[in-house]
Amino acid sequence: MGPQHPSTHGVFRMRVTFDGEVILDLEPIFGYLHRGIEKLAEHKTYLQNMPYTDRLDYLASMSNNMAYAMAVEKLAGIEVPERAEYIRVIMAELMRISSHLVGVGALFNDMGAFMTPFLYMYREREKLLDLFEMVCGQRLTYNYMRFGGVSHDIPEEFMPTLKRFIDEMPGFIDEYDQLLAENEIVLARSKGVGILPADKAINASVSGPVLRGSGVKWDLRKNNPYSIYDRFDFEIPTGSVGDVYDRYRVRVEEMRQSVRIVRQAMEQLPEGEVRTRVPTPLKPAPGEAYVCIEAPKGELGFYLVSDGSAKPYRFKIRAPSLINLTMLRDMVVGWKLADAIVTLGSIDICMGEVDR
Amino acid sequence: MEIETPYVLSDFDKTEAEQIEALMAAAKEPYPDPVAWLEEEIEHNVLLTTTEHLIDWGKRFSVWPNTFFPACCAFEVISAAASRFDFSRFGMEVLRPSPRQADLMLVAGTVTWKLAPALRRVYDQMAEPKWVIAMGACAISGGAFRGSYSVVPGINRIIPVDVYIPGCPPRPEGLIYGFMALHRKVAKDKLLKKG
Amino acid sequence: MTKPLSGAEIARQIGEQLSDAVTGSDETTVFVRSEDILNAARFLKENLDFDYLPSITAVDFLDHFDVIYHLRSIKNNYSVVLRTRCDNSGSPRVPSVVSLWQGADLQEREIYDLMGIYFEGHPNMKRIVLWEGYEGHPLRKDFIMDVPGGGKTT
Repeated sequence: MGPQHPSTHGVFRMRVTFDGEVILDLEPIFGYLHRGIEKLAEHKTYLQNMPYTDRLDYLASMSNNMAYAMAVEKLAGIEVPERAEYIRVIMAELMRISSHLVGVGALFNDMGAFMTPFLYMYREREKLLDLFEMVCGQRLTYNYMRFGGVSHDIPEEFMPTLKRFIDEMPGFIDEYDQLLAENEIVLARSKGVGILPADKAINASVSGPVLRGSGVKWDLRKNNPYSIYDRFDFEIPTGSVGDVYDRYRVRVEEMRQSVRIVRQAMEQLPEGEVRTRVPTPLKPAPGEAYVCIEAPKGELGFYLVSDGSAKPYRFKIRAPSLINLTMLRDMVVGWKLADAIVTLGSIDICMGEVDR
Repeated sequence: MEIETPYVLSDFDKTEAEQIEALMAAAKEPYPDPVAWLEEEIEHNVLLTTTEHLIDWGKRFSVWPNTFFPACCAFEVISAAASRFDFSRFGMEVLRPSPRQADLMLVAGTVTWKLAPALRRVYDQMAEPKWVIAMGACAISGGAFRGSYSVVPGINRIIPVDVYIPGCPPRPEGLIYGFMALHRKVAKDKLLKKG
Repeated sequence: MTKPLSGAEIARQIGEQLSDAVTGSDETTVFVRSEDILNAARFLKENLDFDYLPSITAVDFLDHFDVIYHLRSIKNNYSVVLRTRCDNSGSPRVPSVVSLWQGADLQEREIYDLMGIYFEGHPNMKRIVLWEGYEGHPLRKDFIMDVPGGGKTT
């Protein structure tokens, strides 16, 4: 199946062995989008690599930017001003909402509700993309974060528009729940399908909503707080069984919690600088840094090795989607093809990240 | 668990690898863009009759795109197809996943050498008349990843391209402008019109 | 907050069980010989509850490779870094930790594909992002790549 197939979420290929309609074996094959980012990054300066990080998980570019900026700041010992931290958190949480909208919409697409829920969720996403365009001029790949803060301050019209969006969003989430959460077909196709037990999930280094769907209460924003997440009050939704339905519910609840975080951040937003001056080109002292954040798809980590020059010596990306795919085979063997498609949709992968 | 199969999986890998290497060796020069129709137009000064107008109108306003979505530009195509920008106003109503039912191949995203045989195969499966749009910097020339060991420096090395839409990613309006350019080309109109 | 454990302390504990395995330590990292990596990792998993493997990386330091394992314990919320060194000529071999953490599966295949380090004991050691029969291992520092604008570079 694949690489060019409507249900494969990008150029992903699965070699599936069947007995009738029951799956006996599944081999995921990727590399169709391997662009050699890790190698290319070694020939460009740290700032020139920022746009490459956008194109990893292109549905959550701000999160990627933030992780990379934090890794370089740790390596070079740069402080970030308060206002910039708040802006980063607002952007990251809005990004989480946007990514989960697409993830849940695509899941419903796979379940058979052809385009309708997807287009509904896209309506909200367009509002978010307008907000992002107001801030940095781009709809998809933002390149907004810089080392020491963000590239420029938010414009005046941003806050009122954001307030309107945040006030309306819980209503929309409730609307989707009303239509979809108790729907018979959704329940039949997702309850009990693609089960991932908690101990296997931990052993397979799975992270993000997939891990939380299996009942493991682990979220880097709470268990290893980075940036200013320890100042906000929010819950970590978890599932119980680890099936497709649980992962869908976890994502919807996370959207609600993100709205909560953004509301608190908007209230607490201080005045001040949005960027610390750093020398260009940036030459961090020789050393290494591994920084991981809770991106919408899971734990996104950057491991940077510096040799004192303006270009990174090693630029390694710990991509959540790649590692979440480890369990696909085990979740799907013994089930039918349609279940495999739905399970793949519930893991929510992004090929830009898997292949880099 | 050992499964009895009449084939060996590693053979599939080897055939795929051979196809990729063959394509890489053959793709040293880009295909020329199909602009022969333009010279013909200027040479012969063709006067279109009413029937031909009708046929052209039919042809250009029902071009069905086939989706080939490697990377990020795909999401701008999806945005263009969604309710806000809605390119079905322009006749691109049905996004057909099967190449046999499509007229237009819309390549949105980076194409790597590993994906290149699949791209060629999809192009070959489309029936004439067919057109190709290269969307985004990566499809046009390799984009930000040009020079990488695994990225094709522009899909015109593998298939001939009719319309190039620049951007990284291009806005949905840019994509729609590209479609309108394609419509003019399909209708044998002069593409060098001002404005 | 995830507590990074002291490298020296962990090195001492491993050294008590497996003599000769540890070759050094610093604040957060334990250096282990490449032949003993599987035993050291098993000790850490069974005795200190390191049940989660966030990432495995390899770095090419021109005269040797370093393979770096970031380990974490979800139960107790602490972390440590395990590091081993191997030769970078020919085809270096390191024991695979797939039997301990299944999450190492795809990551080790990727390191094999891009760096050329062969992980012994891995059930499916073949290339993952590049195609079979591809010559060379791109992330190595001696792999020449064309850059835009002409010229070649490593």
